[in-house]
Amino acid sequence: MSTIPADLKYTTSHEWVRHLDDGTVLVGITDHAQDALGDLVFVEAPESGTTVSVGDACAVVESVKAASDVYSPIEGEVVEGNAELADRPELVNQDPYGEGWIMKIRPAEGFDPEGLLESDAYAATLED
Amino acid sequence: MGSKTPLYEDHLSRGARVVDFGGWDMPVHYGSQIDEHHAVRQDAGMFDVSHMTVVDVRGESASAWLRTLLANDVARIKTPGKALYSCMLNDTGGVIDDLIVYGMSDDWFRLVVNAATREKDLAWMTSRAVAGVTVEEQPDLAMVAVQGPRARERAAGALPEAHREAALALKPFEAGMFGDLFVGRTGYTGEDGWEIIIPGAEVVGFWGRLADSGIRPCGLGSRDTLRLEAGMNLYGADMDEGVTPLESGLAWTVAWEPEDRNFTGRGPLEAQRSEGVPRKLVGLVLEDRGVLRSHQKVIVEGHGEGETTSGSFSPTLGKSIAFARVPAGIGAECLVEIRGKRLAARVVRPPFVRNGKARV
Repeated sequence: MSTIPADLKYTTSHEWVRHLDDGTVLVGITDHAQDALGDLVFVEAPESGTTVSVGDACAVVESVKAASDVYSPIEGEVVEGNAELADRPELVNQDPYGEGWIMKIRPAEGFDPEGLLESDAYAATLED
Repeated sequence: MGSKTPLYEDHLSRGARVVDFGGWDMPVHYGSQIDEHHAVRQDAGMFDVSHMTVVDVRGESASAWLRTLLANDVARIKTPGKALYSCMLNDTGGVIDDLIVYGMSDDWFRLVVNAATREKDLAWMTSRAVAGVTVEEQPDLAMVAVQGPRARERAAGALPEAHREAALALKPFEAGMFGDLFVGRTGYTGEDGWEIIIPGAEVVGFWGRLADSGIRPCGLGSRDTLRLEAGMNLYGADMDEGVTPLESGLAWTVAWEPEDRNFTGRGPLEAQRSEGVPRKLVGLVLEDRGVLRSHQKVIVEGHGEGETTSGSFSPTLGKSIAFARVPAGIGAECLVEIRGKRLAARVVRPPFVRNGKARV
């Protein structure tokens, strides 16, 4: 059974979102997603300054087997990609909700995150 | 629901992640594909390859017939038990399949062909069979590959004691029958080891004894990265019926001598050889960050374009590697297009890795 922290928000495409005190959000992929992908060997995080809309493919995670897109859960501007992942993509496997974060986004003015899922709703999507 | 090998339940009990593999439900890994890869390079790993198709060709005309069926020449097998790698070609020189043939005696040859090509291979062989030859699939046999520098030493303990010494004495590319076990010192990883063909009813116990001797169960995911590093082609990716062995890095498997051996596909191959082969299969090592995959565009300055046929991250090299079919005039470098970006790659001659050591 994969870990789904209760204090995060989620998407049906297996991204998580953490709201930070400074108004930005961290985005990563869920424990379920990293487990399904297997050992990651390359992460292409977006460059800061990139403008993203909900559902944009803005990062790529590659396991030994295949490449998968990471979709932006929110509208805004990327303020940082996790540079550490260039040398240590395995952090996404080892600590998907911590050191394995992929990008930090400043939400657009007035963006309404109501389309994001609570942890129990995300858990329900994994049940079938 | 795909076909299952006799080890299916055992794989699940060991935590296997199962995927569809050409109609078979097979383990892709048991937790970490990369750890399994390193286990084979550094110690010993084992693969359930029971999905592969074992075909026995028997009869007084078996050798003569195989000399017409295969591009390599079974007459090169001088001692009983020796293995030969060959392509089986169609009438235009395209590759129907690649296979291993073990010459067990004058009138018994054991072929191991790919699972995904089983039906067309059997149909092709049966349609060409002649008097004095029988072609018989052996669906009740299972197959396990134990591979790695310590694989034979560890696996020997799982063999009946009476046969251990003789099995350990097998030379590379040699096979023998030990009771009802067929043991060949062959593999698909670039490491030493055995491929063992065993009655399906016995394989679960045998696999358990191998695991108890410290051999790590490995999925087909690591089998693919190991064979790619070892410079071994994968049928359906690196070659198929649309290309010849000469365009697939397999010219070394075509026996041109004797000149009067008229194997299927010989004419078109001869023509291509004399006209010049326009494309060839090379190895690529990605110099930039990223991962090579199949079907990426390869740009060869001054010579046109090609395409990657297999690609992955190489756990041993820590870089991405690939096979690519490219214009024959390619030099030492090229570019590969990945998601719209052109990344630099070095052109090398496979293998990338052999016996645990980087070769490029």
